[in-house]
Amino acid sequence: MLNSQSLDVVLWVISGWLLIGLLGILTLHRFTFIARVLFPLGGIGGLVLAVAAFRSLINGGTQNRLLPIGLPQLHFHLSLDALSAFFLLVLGVAVFGISIFSAGYFRNSTGTAPGLLCLEFHFFLASMALVLVAADAYVFMLAWESMALSSYFLVTANHRLPKIRAAGFLYLLIAHIGAIALLLSFGVLQANTGNYTFSNMRMQSLSPFWASVAFLLAVFGFSAKAGILPLHIWLPEAHPAAPSPVSALMSGVMLKMAIYGMLRVCFDLLRVHIWWWGVLLLVLGLATALFGVVFAAVQSDMKRLLAYSSIENVGLIFAALGLALLFSSYGMNLIAALALTACLFHVAAHAIFKSLLFLTTGSVLHATGERNLGRLGGLIRFMPWVAWLALIGILASSGLPPFSGFISEWLLLQSFLFTPGLPQPFLNMLIPVATASIALTAALAGYTMVKFCGVVFLGQPREEKLNQAHDANLFEKIGMAWLAIITITLGLAPNFIIRLIDPVTRVLVNQGLAAQSKSNGWWLLTPTSMARASYGPLYFLLGVVGAIALAFILVRVLYHARLRRSAAWGGGHPWANSRMQDTAEGYGQPIRQVFEPFFAMKRHLPKPEDIEPRYEVIVEDKFWNGVYMPVVRVTEFVSSIVGRLQRGRISIYLLYSFITLIFLLILVPSARK
Amino acid sequence: MTFSQLLSEFFTIVASLLLAPLLLGWVTQLRAWLQNRSGPGIFQPYRILHKLFNKDSVMADTASSLFRFTPYLIFGCMLLASAIVPTLSTDFPLAQAADAIALVGLFALARIFISLAAMDVGTAFGTLGARREMFVGFLAEPALLMVLFTSSLIAHSTSLKTIVTTQIDRPFAIYPSLVFAGFAFILIFLAENARIPVDNPSTHLELTMIHEALILEYSGRHLALLEWASSLKLFAYSSIGIALFLPWGISTQGSIMSLLYALPIFILKLLVFGVVLALIETFSAKMRIFRVPEFLTIAFLLAVIGMLTYILLGAKAS
Amino acid sequence: MTDLSIQLINLFASFLLLLAFAMLAQRRVVNLVQIYAMQGLTVVAATSVVAYVTHQNQLYYSAAMTLVLKVFLIPWILRRLIKRLDIRWDVETLINIPSMMLIGIVLVIFSFNLALPIASLSTSISPGTLGIALACVLLSFMMMITRSKALPQVIGFLSMENALVFAATSATSGMPMVVELGIALDVLVGVFILGVFMFQIREQFESLDISHLENLKEE
Repeated sequence: MLNSQSLDVVLWVISGWLLIGLLGILTLHRFTFIARVLFPLGGIGGLVLAVAAFRSLINGGTQNRLLPIGLPQLHFHLSLDALSAFFLLVLGVAVFGISIFSAGYFRNSTGTAPGLLCLEFHFFLASMALVLVAADAYVFMLAWESMALSSYFLVTANHRLPKIRAAGFLYLLIAHIGAIALLLSFGVLQANTGNYTFSNMRMQSLSPFWASVAFLLAVFGFSAKAGILPLHIWLPEAHPAAPSPVSALMSGVMLKMAIYGMLRVCFDLLRVHIWWWGVLLLVLGLATALFGVVFAAVQSDMKRLLAYSSIENVGLIFAALGLALLFSSYGMNLIAALALTACLFHVAAHAIFKSLLFLTTGSVLHATGERNLGRLGGLIRFMPWVAWLALIGILASSGLPPFSGFISEWLLLQSFLFTPGLPQPFLNMLIPVATASIALTAALAGYTMVKFCGVVFLGQPREEKLNQAHDANLFEKIGMAWLAIITITLGLAPNFIIRLIDPVTRVLVNQGLAAQSKSNGWWLLTPTSMARASYGPLYFLLGVVGAIALAFILVRVLYHARLRRSAAWGGGHPWANSRMQDTAEGYGQPIRQVFEPFFAMKRHLPKPEDIEPRYEVIVEDKFWNGVYMPVVRVTEFVSSIVGRLQRGRISIYLLYSFITLIFLLILVPSARK
Repeated sequence: MTFSQLLSEFFTIVASLLLAPLLLGWVTQLRAWLQNRSGPGIFQPYRILHKLFNKDSVMADTASSLFRFTPYLIFGCMLLASAIVPTLSTDFPLAQAADAIALVGLFALARIFISLAAMDVGTAFGTLGARREMFVGFLAEPALLMVLFTSSLIAHSTSLKTIVTTQIDRPFAIYPSLVFAGFAFILIFLAENARIPVDNPSTHLELTMIHEALILEYSGRHLALLEWASSLKLFAYSSIGIALFLPWGISTQGSIMSLLYALPIFILKLLVFGVVLALIETFSAKMRIFRVPEFLTIAFLLAVIGMLTYILLGAKAS
Repeated sequence: MTDLSIQLINLFASFLLLLAFAMLAQRRVVNLVQIYAMQGLTVVAATSVVAYVTHQNQLYYSAAMTLVLKVFLIPWILRRLIKRLDIRWDVETLINIPSMMLIGIVLVIFSFNLALPIASLSTSISPGTLGIALACVLLSFMMMITRSKALPQVIGFLSMENALVFAATSATSGMPMVVELGIALDVLVGVFILGVFMFQIREQFESLDISHLENLKEE
């Protein structure tokens, strides 16, 4: 009885969000009501969703519903299994923090009216939840498209800026190209049965060729949403353009919808796995991760930096997914479960810490009005809450123990080290290279995050106006603190999360890690066996804290020297000012130099005769000129030919219709044969 | 967790705290001898620590609490690092808490905090040092991980304890992959511990310094903690080298007698390690900072080749 | 064939690979000669081990010859050449060193996959070594491609020959003595001729940069 209710709760929450959206549009300009009542209500909806999903994960089983809405004969098929429940849990937990934050974030300003924002925001949430419970291609695509549309409107909330309009357009375009690929993929998956429910697709056994076609189309469609190379181009434009809570939702949660889709199609709907699928995903994922992090390291806009870092993390998730697929294609299900656990853990970890980081940029943006790293600095003195919460986010994001990012990285590396059992020597030889690039990515992520944190929060303020920066307000603090607490919990109690992931991997590859990991005590993470590898985050934390306490006490007891304050020494340089600090560009310079072939760089160097010397480096994506511009040119060429058809006279258009009609009439009898 | 395990952990921690400055002093002394100088004696690091601890600490007005907290954290991280590498015995409670990956993570944690602290005051040197330190780290850290993985592949485990015990317990065997890993490790060792040819620990030349630039704003007890931490880091790295490449002599049971046997063997190995380090430092010249990425990339790729050789030499035709 | 000797051969093979990578990463000509001598020494050691294990006395002669020729004589000639031509300086490579090593790793993987089926055919001592020897040949070849000065190219050529000899001894337990002698003589003569060539090139262009040779072609 209890079991059957989880899906109902999810549906109630979805309808609740839609209702909140409608209420928002009804009270279009009553700002206080919308911000202080509607957004927190939406957040509580998220919490309810998380609890329902949690319960469904614990109780297990699949729940199905047939809602008699939609087209006649095409009712909504909905279902809630472990995979959906896990993603719903992530969605709910992240949404609670983000919505509470939004209550303090949105202000009455120019741009979109608050009521409209509220509508778009909650439609966005509802459509994401609907994607997760959809059980036929029709509902899935409906929810998928409304997710794209509502987020498009959110991205262009500040639509008066032409740059933001362009970013939004690019986003919408790539989202739609991806959606078409998905539609085709579902078309292949249903194998000419005309029945688009997922349960029917599961029963079809496709030939390897058609399975590969469906797989490739799905990879294309979902990577367009996830920002996988080379379809990442919209992501660093669109994510920063949106208001910060929306960026948090998009980077933290919406990207995971694509991962959900990949998992659903690859492990649930497609029953056969071919080894090169895994290699393809692995290579794509690793390339994306490395690309993302290298670009993140050279950004000088804090939200763009985080957007590129999201590309990196999604790349890592894709790589883990590919590895799982590779193992599963050889029937090595236990190791596949390990790789999948790494994948899902990173989904959860990244959703939370990236949301947290985007929210902190929101607070910084509000307090200073600056996104450019070159004009920030020293904010830890004026906004200590935001700074320390951001520090938690960056530590998790850099993959450092004992935080959450480290655990997924740890699990991923463990699954890589298992690989030498693969039957093909060629694949085994790929592993050192792949492991090396994962390690390199992780280390570069640390570099990037130190840049982010150090330039924004530490040092001296680079502008006069930063001295008036104020800390976040109460709602914002609660929202960020919630996400920070979850990040810490994820890092310290990994076994708890692995217990939640266990039913998911059991559904997907018939194996789970929870039993093994629990047998050695709840505080130790031991995916396979004690002798093989173990990691105890609590022990670890205890060790660090213990050593720090030891040092502190010893120093205090043995020595009684005092502490004095004076001006910074700076190597004895008395004229130091805040302009002499390293800039964001300077910080990225070594990376720019090492990875020069990756970038398309435009340099403006000052000349001796310049009156106002200016140094500027613009780093651009090579993919834009290399891949997209040729496509654009071809499209323009084709459309210029098609454009000749446009004559503007009604009779000519009627002629076109007439010819089409004749043509179709000729076709019909021949098709009947 | 038995009493003897706790005792061995305690013994290891005390040994690392005491031996770390001595190792540094030994290397400095050897270098002085090799350069025909009389040298300060091997107890000099202790004297410096004592002096610094007794001095007043001067801190910049602009420094935040992060700056003040960092020396303790760095010291704690390095102490924990020395405590989780099997130096004297493989049987100790912290062995379960952290494996090879967590060890690298621990070094990374310390690195990130020291860089953040250096950026905190907002002087030109601090940020420069932070940038360089992170830059060295982003190549050295994965390289160290690859070196550790080469050993993990042999032992089928990332647990440092298992790596050492398999090496000791099984019959003697030559692993060619360890040759590559060993060379890579030496290069990483030099870079990570700010030794010549990557960095010179005894100068403050602004064009080339990395480690000194980071801690330029620290003084008094904070500086003492950082100096002690950097000698602990040298010690921890030497222990890693010994555990991976010369583990024979490390006690595999936790009894006190075996610890007492293991200690002199370990000290002997450290002394030899110091000689090698001093020789390398004397025979090589400080390289330009622009050459450092190349140096580290070579280390990184060598470690990757090491892992590759293990798989290649074990590969069979399908 | 004992376990230990297989391991030893594998070890020497890895040394050879390590030295091949060291050559790629080395800018200084004098050090290149040093590495070449060390390579020769590794081949000597490997040959002796094979000789000891398979009880082929002729391999001892081959090892001794390698020792005299490639560890002492040729490096000595090369050092004299360097001194006489006064080219002790660092030489920048055409491609930067890290990317060269990356390509090197790809080559290693490639040559192993090439060697795997071949190795499974033969009942030779250690199958993995064939892959390494092949990789060394390719790496030396790459070194020749990426250097712009004549002397490093000569060293690349010589080290390629080293790798071939190693492949022959480890994979097929040595070549017939006659072939070995012939190759040794060839190498020696080759070095002399190349030495003479270098003097000629320098007299002609006052430099050993072989990019000058590009001017010789007909327009």
